Amino acid sequence: MIEFYLNGEAQCCASLAPETSILELLRNELQRTGTKEGCASGDCGACTVAIGEPDRDGRLHYHSTNACITPAHQLQGRHLVTVEGLARGDALHPVQAAMVECHASQCGFCTPGIVMSLFTLHERQRQSPIALDDACLEATLGGNLCRCTGYRPIQKAARLMADQPDVRPAWADDPRLDNDVAALKNTLETTGYAIPSTLEALHALRRQYPAARLVAGATDLWLEATQRLEAFETLIDISRVAELQAIDETPDGWWIGASVTYARLEPLLDEFYPAFARLLRRLGSAQIRNRGTLGGNIANASPIGDTPPVLLALDAQLALEGPDGARELPLEAFFLDYKRTALEPGEFIRAIFLPRPESDPHLEVWKLSKRREDDISAVLGAFAWREENGCLRDVHLAFGGMDATPRRAQATEAALEGKAPDVATFDAARQALARDFKPLDDVRGSAAYRQLAAANLLERLRLTIDHDATQEVCLDAYAH
Amino acid sequence: MRTLTDLSRSPVGPETPERPAAQTPARHAPAHDSATLHVTGRARYLDDQPAPADALHVAVGLSPTACGRLTQMNLDAVRRAPGVVDVITVVDIPGKTDVGPVFPGDPLLADAEVRYVGQPLFAVAATDFKAARRAVTLAEVEIDAQPARLDAVAAAEAEEWVRPPHVQQSGDWQQALAGATHVLEAEQFVGGQEHFYLEGQACLALPNEDDGVTVHTSSQHPSEVQKLIAEVLGVALHAVTVEVRRMGGGFGGKETQAAPWACLAALLARRTGRAIRLRLPRGDDMRATGKRHPFHNRYRLGVDAQGILLGGEITTIGDCGHSPDLSEAIVDRAMFHADNAYSLGDARVTGIPARTHNPSNTAFRGFGGPQGMMIVERAMDDIARHLGEDPLTIRKRNLYRPDRDVTHYGQHVEQTALLHEVVSRLETDSDYWARRDAIRTYNAQSTILKKGLALTPVKFGISFTAKHLNQAGALLHIYTDGSVMINHGGTEMGQGLHTKVGQVVARELGLDNSAVRITATRTDKVPNTSPTAASSGADLNGMAARNAAIQVRERLFDFAAEHFFQDQQFDREGMRLENGELVAGSGENGENERRIAWGELIQAAYLGRVSLSATGFYATPLIHYDRAAGQGRPFYYYAHGAAVSEVVVDTLSGEYRVTRVDILHDVGDSLNPAIDTGQVEGGFIQGMGWLTSEELKWDASGRLLSDGPATYKIPTIGDTPPDFRVSLLEGHPNSQASLYRSKAVGEPPFMLAISVWSALRDALSSLADYRVSPALDTPATPERVLFVAQALRQAAETKTPAETPQ
Repeated sequence: MIEFYLNGEAQCCASLAPETSILELLRNELQRTGTKEGCASGDCGACTVAIGEPDRDGRLHYHSTNACITPAHQLQGRHLVTVEGLARGDALHPVQAAMVECHASQCGFCTPGIVMSLFTLHERQRQSPIALDDACLEATLGGNLCRCTGYRPIQKAARLMADQPDVRPAWADDPRLDNDVAALKNTLETTGYAIPSTLEALHALRRQYPAARLVAGATDLWLEATQRLEAFETLIDISRVAELQAIDETPDGWWIGASVTYARLEPLLDEFYPAFARLLRRLGSAQIRNRGTLGGNIANASPIGDTPPVLLALDAQLALEGPDGARELPLEAFFLDYKRTALEPGEFIRAIFLPRPESDPHLEVWKLSKRREDDISAVLGAFAWREENGCLRDVHLAFGGMDATPRRAQATEAALEGKAPDVATFDAARQALARDFKPLDDVRGSAAYRQLAAANLLERLRLTIDHDATQEVCLDAYAH
Repeated sequence: MRTLTDLSRSPVGPETPERPAAQTPARHAPAHDSATLHVTGRARYLDDQPAPADALHVAVGLSPTACGRLTQMNLDAVRRAPGVVDVITVVDIPGKTDVGPVFPGDPLLADAEVRYVGQPLFAVAATDFKAARRAVTLAEVEIDAQPARLDAVAAAEAEEWVRPPHVQQSGDWQQALAGATHVLEAEQFVGGQEHFYLEGQACLALPNEDDGVTVHTSSQHPSEVQKLIAEVLGVALHAVTVEVRRMGGGFGGKETQAAPWACLAALLARRTGRAIRLRLPRGDDMRATGKRHPFHNRYRLGVDAQGILLGGEITTIGDCGHSPDLSEAIVDRAMFHADNAYSLGDARVTGIPARTHNPSNTAFRGFGGPQGMMIVERAMDDIARHLGEDPLTIRKRNLYRPDRDVTHYGQHVEQTALLHEVVSRLETDSDYWARRDAIRTYNAQSTILKKGLALTPVKFGISFTAKHLNQAGALLHIYTDGSVMINHGGTEMGQGLHTKVGQVVARELGLDNSAVRITATRTDKVPNTSPTAASSGADLNGMAARNAAIQVRERLFDFAAEHFFQDQQFDREGMRLENGELVAGSGENGENERRIAWGELIQAAYLGRVSLSATGFYATPLIHYDRAAGQGRPFYYYAHGAAVSEVVVDTLSGEYRVTRVDILHDVGDSLNPAIDTGQVEGGFIQGMGWLTSEELKWDASGRLLSDGPATYKIPTIGDTPPDFRVSLLEGHPNSQASLYRSKAVGEPPFMLAISVWSALRDALSSLADYRVSPALDTPATPERVLFVAQALRQAAETKTPAETPQ
């Protein structure tokens, strides 16, 4: 039995299939049809809802998610807010009023999702002022596709929502709501779906259900349910295991729990690896960044996952746990072949070690895709190096989209290591790159494009290192 | 029936420019009539409609093969699957099995022949949606596959057509080429486009007590859905009622291609006696339905020393997919717009509707017009590079002007002065020449990033080119409390049609917009309607609604003269409805003025046994087209506009950004400036997506690879230009007596986005000192841009011309 709140009202749901999504629960079971299905794959944002999650003090914080690929069972102990829950009688919520005033809906089908994404921004703004610049609006709404308006009136509505009468939803008047939600169980073990809260409980469940699959953000796994119509027998949800949620700082770096979401990583990366942080904002929409995890991105072992090349360039390590105990493994040894990893049966990723940057480190991360936001990479290059006496040292170059797994470009690294970053060196590196990879053709790009674009990223790298160059070498100044 | 001329003479009609426009309700910009429903989640789309608890859900089995013979289809396991109630194949269709909208060629379910990947083979009705979809996967289908024809050019060469080719010709094109100072030629590929309406194809069919059905559908063409359902069921049209409340986007993708699903649902409803829900999952929707036609265009054109077109030939080959659908009219429209805003001189334009093993490509905002315009816009850039002139200079020299104002299909271009004004005002307002200088300076110093700038105009013909479709009906009721209901043949897909039509009725009856309500479009209220398409929704249905309102108003004036003013000498012609009152007499002429409140008037009229209901009708005047001769006046008028786009391109990666866009667009006297601006902005961004990031990719066997939003990338909020300046041209009413001298706005702005493509070519051309006009097929993805940049760079290094049109 799942217990949660929906727009301020307590709900109990029994006997849901493990693969039920929040969207299916809302539309099919609860007859709340305001939330729309546009793609059932987490790519369009029409189904965006807000989930209120209690912090340690029991106070609810709201984040957006795609209801179509979020497991309904993850609502246990949460407050779900949908588009039906914002207006107070006939009085529109400021987000809604601004959307009407700015003519920001045309066909209206994407509108509930846009309203909910803006609602989460409005909630954050109530707590502390946020500059509503283009970067902020993109970070909030990049995962909400609108086919009618061209977005300009939506941008305007976002900027005008603070000027609207401060109408609060009726549930916001209830001073006990936060505590009531926080008082609900934070764990769940129901037929086919378990949410443990400790590593010990997770191990016990693994022994009990050895065939059960693990789920955290579900941003990839749930496509098997919505696109391939899979039924899951048992799922073990690791998104609330305390040990997997922790970020432990050591003198050498950080152990990042496998189920830490991208959104939670952002502040750390902003401080220590800004190039990595910028990539996170292009990795997926806010809805995806709020749910997706670093552990999931690695365990999924896709050749086009965005974080593995960066982590490879940074010499990340993995902590694995399994029936036979724990072990550590360099990330480089993890990816064996297309979607095949070094995980033994029953083993899972507990944490990822991100080394602390040494003095004078350089990291550049460049992602090439058809669309800048919310798109999967055609090529992703991550470049880490030091400069010592005018020469390149500790050169780590890793690419995604260039082979069956994300991996380092060994020949290219060798061509650069210890050399002066001049034209001749990079010419040699370019030739080495052609030996390192034989990329594939697919829907995101031809092999020839990938080869040429990856080689050209080396030229961009040379120009970036070239201290004398004053001209712009990439579009950073024209994007956020 | 009243004619347009009668309507135009009415007291508050478009012939009274002295009436201050801003004071009339229709000049206001009320919000979309569903705006509050949209933002609260209360607006009901198809799949939100409540249905009886025993309603069944349908999934459709699609062909995995592009071409072949269906040798066996064993559906036993499908029938036995949990929850399955009914399974149908082509043999279960009682009436016609072909649902081709204009010409035959679209089997509702495949018979022996399979013609594209995604073709419906069978349909399953089950107790829930997932059960139906899971059952579909259990089918055992054997197809004797044959080589698929997937290349439209090869199909055209093999004379594989869905309809015969068509030619439009004016003057002696060969002589024009012979006498030209320069002759240039080039070809281009213009990619297709997935509609990506956010609400996919969906319907709900309810069996009636007799042999009929009531079907709710997300369609732009309810009357056609009604007709096809009746034919498939083998019943009369009066047994079928089709209702459309709203669509979650259409863009042309629901003009013909909503019908097959409604037919399947209706058939299953009749067979099972239960309500049937059918909606296509996004992947099925993208695989099974047609898209914007990809085109292959060629030109061979002669110019004089100034770069002015003397004539030549243009050929456009449309990839129509497996069946005619609307392709004849779409290829025609590409031909009608192969001139865009320029006189071609003595030209021959040939259109070839090629048949391939793809889904049947269909209507999409612009309806072939955008694809046709692309070839002449390519030519303008090419001529400019060849002569060493700025592309804007060449474009301006070639714009239609008073001594060159007849198109290659014989239509006179009436507003040439307006066309020039739009371009020159935008040239000034966007600071084109100063920015041109700044960009040249920037590009001379920047080796990796290159900026580009382009101004392109639009002249778009308004009317269905199938003449009979240019008609509309409306049904107006005034209830005894004075509230007004208007129903018309147009459908609401987000474009604000209902809002505009409501404004029209409110304006004619002197009421507040809130006094008028529009209800769902239904075939039993207004019959025999045309699709809401060709940008004509407001033009046609607004006129029909206005006609109905005027009829009732005239009755009310007659009644008032009798009932209220029998003893007073009020001029019957001077009566008017304004601000919720009937006003008779005039204070100005020393007469007494009498005002009767609307509610009192209606009550009295009801008691006085006056009909408070009317049907309105409209048919567009003046238009004709002789297809055999390729000459005529297919368009009632043209809508115009122009855009200036600036881009910055990273020539190492092929990535680019659109940094600023200025638009000036002509909507005549706007019916609703907010809604019209929304159409201009939204159309532009949709057009930009078509030409940049939206790439349809198939594998060698004809299977669509870009079959979801993960792989098919429409613009996001970050693609909206950071500097986006959009204005409606003011002070230029339509030269024809259209609805309050407004102009259609749905499609024309889409083509303003060609300026983005041209600006990308401009940026790339800088790599060869603006002496080369690079080919840049579309969509101009980073991959295409990078390869062009690479070729230009290599050519510049080796001093060989990369591509110079000769």
